[in-house]
Amino acid sequence: MLGKLSLSAIPYHEPIIMGAVGGMALAGLVVVAALTYFRKWTYIWKEWITSVDHKKIGIMYLIVALVMLLRGFADAIMMRTQQLIAYGGAEGYLPPHHYDQIFTAHGVIMIFFVAMGLVIGLMNIAVPLQIGARDVAFPFLNNVSFWMFAAGMVLVNLSLFVGEFAKTGWLAYAPLSGLKYSPGVGVDYWIWALQLSGVGTTLTGVNFFVTILKMRAPGMTMFRMPIFTWTALCTNVLIIAAFPILTVTIALVTLDRYIGTHFFTNDMGGNQMMYTNLIWAWGHPEVYILILPMFGIFSEVVATFSRKRLFGYNTMVWATVAITVLSFLVWLHHFFTMGAGANVNAFFGIATMIIAIPTGVKIFNWLFTMYRGSLQFNAAILWTIGFLITFTIGGMTGVMLAVPGANFVLHNTLFVIAHFHNVIIGGVVFGAMAGISYWFPKAFGFMLDEKWGKRSFWFWLIGFYLAFMPLYILSFMGATRRMQSYVDPSWHPLMVVAWVGAVCILAGIMCTVMQFYVSIRDRKKNRVLSGDPWDARTLEWLAHSPPAFYNFAKIPEVSSVDSLWDRKERGENIYEEPDHYEDIHMPRNTTAGPVLCLFALIMGFALVWHIWWMAIGGFVGVIVTFIVRSFNEDIDYYVPAAEVERIEKEYRQQAEMQA
Amino acid sequence: MTSQTMDHQNAHHADDHEHDHHQETIATKYLGFWIYLMSDCVLFGTLFATYVVLMNSTAGGPGGSEIFELGFVLIETFLLLFSSFTYGVAVLAMHRGNKSQVLLWLVITFLLGFGFVSMEIYEFAHLIHEGYGPDRSAFLSSFFTLVGTHGLHVSFGLLWMLVLIFQVARKGLTQANEPRIMCLSLFWHFLDVIWICVFTVVYLLGVLQ
Amino acid sequence: MIEKSLKSLKALIPLVVSALVLSGCNAALMDPSGPVGKEQKSLILSSFWIMQIVVIPVIIMTVVFAWRYRRNNRKATYSPNWAHSNKIEAVVWAVPAVIILFLGIITWQTSHSLDPHKPIGEEGEAMEIQAISLDWKWMFIYPEQGIATINELYFPVDRPVYFNVTSETVMNAFFIPRLGSQIYAMAGMDNDLYLEADQQGVYTGKSAHYSGKGFSQMSFETHVTDQQEFENWVNRVRQADRQLTYTGSYQDVAKPSVNDPVEYFHPVESGLYERVITSFQSGHGQPENGQQPTGAEAAE
Repeated sequence: MLGKLSLSAIPYHEPIIMGAVGGMALAGLVVVAALTYFRKWTYIWKEWITSVDHKKIGIMYLIVALVMLLRGFADAIMMRTQQLIAYGGAEGYLPPHHYDQIFTAHGVIMIFFVAMGLVIGLMNIAVPLQIGARDVAFPFLNNVSFWMFAAGMVLVNLSLFVGEFAKTGWLAYAPLSGLKYSPGVGVDYWIWALQLSGVGTTLTGVNFFVTILKMRAPGMTMFRMPIFTWTALCTNVLIIAAFPILTVTIALVTLDRYIGTHFFTNDMGGNQMMYTNLIWAWGHPEVYILILPMFGIFSEVVATFSRKRLFGYNTMVWATVAITVLSFLVWLHHFFTMGAGANVNAFFGIATMIIAIPTGVKIFNWLFTMYRGSLQFNAAILWTIGFLITFTIGGMTGVMLAVPGANFVLHNTLFVIAHFHNVIIGGVVFGAMAGISYWFPKAFGFMLDEKWGKRSFWFWLIGFYLAFMPLYILSFMGATRRMQSYVDPSWHPLMVVAWVGAVCILAGIMCTVMQFYVSIRDRKKNRVLSGDPWDARTLEWLAHSPPAFYNFAKIPEVSSVDSLWDRKERGENIYEEPDHYEDIHMPRNTTAGPVLCLFALIMGFALVWHIWWMAIGGFVGVIVTFIVRSFNEDIDYYVPAAEVERIEKEYRQQAEMQA
Repeated sequence: MTSQTMDHQNAHHADDHEHDHHQETIATKYLGFWIYLMSDCVLFGTLFATYVVLMNSTAGGPGGSEIFELGFVLIETFLLLFSSFTYGVAVLAMHRGNKSQVLLWLVITFLLGFGFVSMEIYEFAHLIHEGYGPDRSAFLSSFFTLVGTHGLHVSFGLLWMLVLIFQVARKGLTQANEPRIMCLSLFWHFLDVIWICVFTVVYLLGVLQ
Repeated sequence: MIEKSLKSLKALIPLVVSALVLSGCNAALMDPSGPVGKEQKSLILSSFWIMQIVVIPVIIMTVVFAWRYRRNNRKATYSPNWAHSNKIEAVVWAVPAVIILFLGIITWQTSHSLDPHKPIGEEGEAMEIQAISLDWKWMFIYPEQGIATINELYFPVDRPVYFNVTSETVMNAFFIPRLGSQIYAMAGMDNDLYLEADQQGVYTGKSAHYSGKGFSQMSFETHVTDQQEFENWVNRVRQADRQLTYTGSYQDVAKPSVNDPVEYFHPVESGLYERVITSFQSGHGQPENGQQPTGAEAAE
């Protein structure tokens, strides 16, 4: 009846897990109680869960990503603590079966549910506004994307207290992830969590690609698009081209595990090297999916806060496009040690290094944007400066890893760990923090507290260097990755430093939490009604803060890259009231989206535990919901001009009152 | 804010305004569907790649030449190719605004597609019965997965067609239904192209070896 | 709060410095004991220094530009519309391109000179050792000597060693950091790696690629000795008097276990290593599949 699921799947004998579960349950209970007490359920349902508004969906992505950052970081500090004590024969406090789940969960959560959430969340908030659109091309699909992402996230977290998570490393290399070597449900949780959220990501890719191509404001040619929109476009191209590979790869693992096929098994003709190739054919573009939009954010931030045009806009665009193309030609550098011939290794090594050229050019362009600028030192620009230095170092170690000869001794060691945290923390995390500081007032209508933001930055920066520089050194001492314990006591001092670094990062995260708390508490005082608190350059700052649900009462016309800035330069009144308002066509909210994803979640859970009737039920639910939705033709409506006028007047009055 | 406005269900707006908007939405929809097909193309490309890699990994089991019956598959192929043609006729009928013709040709297409899927299921059942299931060897795993994924796509196409036949029968060739017919048309022809690749790479090459 | 944390940071500095100094003494990769490792060390260092040509200026420019063009510095020039300069563009493309060109040439050369499959020394000079990764231990077979061990490796100094590497289980990586290159061990495949030690000593070897529960304990000691001591060791192993056959003791040893002690086997069934590889190719009906793909062929 319940497949493999029984009461013994709940790890009640593990105090650490039960503690975490208890904490999460308590937090969940508090939220539910608060929503009930303040009678907010209807509001949550109508304004958020069923919303197709890209700004709200973006905010939901960010909330999930930041909460998951806490979960992923808890994993991180547990690993650091384990390596702090488990040396010279000591076992530490995490036995292998627990430690192995933690590093797998850390990787999966940080990449799929934090980094992807931040990237897609910020794209949702900013891209439609930047191109002067009222919403994305397919608002309903956008809602589905988010809830698929959320469903995957729920599955990963469910694995904590029902069953176990994968003990395979975040990419679940074959044949370790096969049924023979991982008979438990851990890998199945990994499979379905990634498959569900992957569907969401692919839909996002299609959605935003079409949005950017088709829905730009009049006059915005491709080469007048803000750089963030450009990077988002390239990221979505990468998503469209790379995520199907992941879908197939995971599907093949699924078949191996569920119906006994032999894609990646050791025997019967299976080919584990094909798994490694396939997963990295997706995996390498994936790192550019994460970093490209961050490049875009830094470009916007550095230009805005230097009060100066971005240096070399065209170069930036072409560098981004070059990176997009090259990212598909380098996947083999993740496994030079597999034993391919010297020519193959050299080809992929050199192809990898070539990416360093456009990336280096971008770094210089940001520097020359600051040059002869007028730099305002707020949190966003601090994150950018931290990025420039940290990412350069990370890029350098990346090139070192790309030399096959050197890779033969650096691969699988802590050097790799240090390198990719160097670029992911220095690039993606810093970028997301810069982006959040930058667009927060746009999304919420009040400023983020600068003081706590800067504190967070310094803790993150110092914490990063303390936590990861020792790992580079440790790698030279022969320390490999994923060690639950180690023998050599001479590694210990550096592990202590790394642990202190992790604690510093914890302080940084706490500062961010404080920053949100303080800012929300003082939201009245920090209210910004002018749409343009930073005196910025691109169209999103023309909309109100927070923008009306239709973004722009009148779609703006664009005549240059920095169109808003140029209009301000020419002394135009950008907030001039239009002589008349028009009806605005908007999509309706959707019940089908969240319902469909709930069925998908049920299906995923049932498949993990082999509860076949429930899986079939979930699947039929998904299909039926979709069909029912296709019969609903009342999916859009017009906001009458009078209503638009009323809303616009209200904004103006508030702005005047504040002034 | 939103909910207040949501309640205003206004119908009064200019018709040309509506029309322009509609055309634009449809163009966007087509582009979106095209892009989706491109991602599906990558998906099939990956499956083809795995098939080619594993083609000779028969692990002592049969190779393609021993189990493929070209004649049978050729009939399957003609069913699908012909269904593409009948779908084309349905689209032509749609452009003429002839609802009953559209329905007729959609039903014929459905039957042809159904025949294709049935034949494929028969082929699979036959192979499994012979002991050549997907768990026999990596070659058979990749064969079943590639061909089966195409079959699943066709099956979804059939389900979609069924829903569409119902929608057209009920509401006619409306502004909502016409783009759907066109999108399914793209999907259906796309699956045809994929099948031609499957036929060539899997069956023809398999038998020639 | 910030002052406090700065203080604690200051307290940390001595710790960091001592850690660095300490690590300098036994950094395996920086103190290699063989020609492969030595070439890799100089490769790592030279690529590091070459890139400093661009890394250091970037860091300096970041700090200097940010400070000089801060908003309240009235002395700095402010030109809000300056956004293009062919000269600067040429330089910022050229500098990284030249560095990468240079590194690319080094990469091409070292990819060949450090190719793990490339023999070291004269033909027939290298000693053959077959390594099999098991859950979670290493088996080493010496075909010439007819002996085998678990978790212990002995070979003479200054003589190239030819490792054939495969796996009975999941993917692992055979890695002796002090000697240089690692290589993946994969079931059903015969990978190979040439190494040489030019210094006597005991070096830790391990599986570098995560392989499950016992991964952290999956290490072995590598004893590099003079010829005489090696021969003595071989004789010692021969006295073990425990036969190693595929259907017999091998199957017992292959069962998953963690923290295994060193074990010796003699005599060893000839062709055992090949048999382990072919065991994954059930059914031998296919002529074109009769040959095992090496890592090189298959990955290409």
